[in-house]
Amino acid sequence: MCATCGCSGGAVVRVVDGQDDQHQHGHNHSQHGHQDGATGLLHAGTGADGARTVILEQKVLAKNDRLAALNREWLAERGVLAINLMSSPGAGKTTLLERTARELGGRLTVIEGDQETTLDASRIKAAGAAVVQINTGAGCHLDAAMVADGLRVLDPPGGSILFIENVGNLVCPALFDLGEAAKVVISSVTEGADKPAKYPNMFRQADLVLLNKTDLLPYVDFDVRAHSADLRRVSPASLMLQVSAATGEGLSAWYDWLWRRTPPPADRES
Amino acid sequence: MHELAIVEGVVDAVAERLPGAQVTCVRLEIGALSGVVADSVRFCFELATEGTSLQGARLEITEPAGECRCRVCGRIFHPDMPIMACPCGSADVTVLAGQELKITSVMVA
Repeated sequence: MCATCGCSGGAVVRVVDGQDDQHQHGHNHSQHGHQDGATGLLHAGTGADGARTVILEQKVLAKNDRLAALNREWLAERGVLAINLMSSPGAGKTTLLERTARELGGRLTVIEGDQETTLDASRIKAAGAAVVQINTGAGCHLDAAMVADGLRVLDPPGGSILFIENVGNLVCPALFDLGEAAKVVISSVTEGADKPAKYPNMFRQADLVLLNKTDLLPYVDFDVRAHSADLRRVSPASLMLQVSAATGEGLSAWYDWLWRRTPPPADRES
Repeated sequence: MHELAIVEGVVDAVAERLPGAQVTCVRLEIGALSGVVADSVRFCFELATEGTSLQGARLEITEPAGECRCRVCGRIFHPDMPIMACPCGSADVTVLAGQELKITSVMVA
């Protein structure tokens, strides 16, 4: 079983861009080569049966957090803006990325996370962006080690925007730092307006919430004001944009948001 | 079911800090606001530790309650999940406790 993500088969990085479509990278955490300094252990006494208690006081996700910090450092040095894109399945992550790739030109690279298939990566590739697919098998989220594998294969150029499309899930991805610069969460009007209230851990962390599929508002029973009110209750400082990835409505504000965060040209050349 | 990944993280961390040790008890702290369900960790602990240095170990979990301070009225309160709103109506709060997700100690034979 995979040591970090809990997936039974081991996550696989599939390259679906360039000439090497069949190339697969096994997901092997022991290959990461990240070293940790040895930490002093505190021994808090020995029991009558000879058992001793060792104080660890260590975060459970410390290893993932260290790998995420290395990813973040690598991305910053290279001048790549990394966005962790999360939503429930079907909210429109891939459709948004297809359109964003077409409209922003060759500036985008994508790491696609799904349990199975390379369907989404094929869509992104067709839209003109370099992409690698990570299949997590039974795993319900991406972790920092999988993203490190993806980065090595994708090799995003300086000055680019890297989207990490997480596995469609509003629960587990909230716990795992990937080394991104910002988290973007998509809600859609075909879901319940109460998603922020039901999944507060996810929405609380979002730097930006996109309310997608607004072109369908006339046809669905979705209360935009109730959704906004719930979002403000779980995350008072959050920013929300209303968009339609299908029609393009509202996307100029999304692109502005991205441009404001993209490293300036001077950083790209360094 | 990220609780399985959480137990794997525990196995990893203990093996890294105490290589080769035979662990008889693991003590975790899982706060009420951590996003991890202690009962789910208990449920998958036996399965996920099979064949590791933690196999057969006793699992003890403490679950610190959530505690927040309201940035508007200054009150300290224990939030009802899922919304961390102060009784005064403000959701602008600082979390003081309840987000813990750590291994406090282990017992080794």
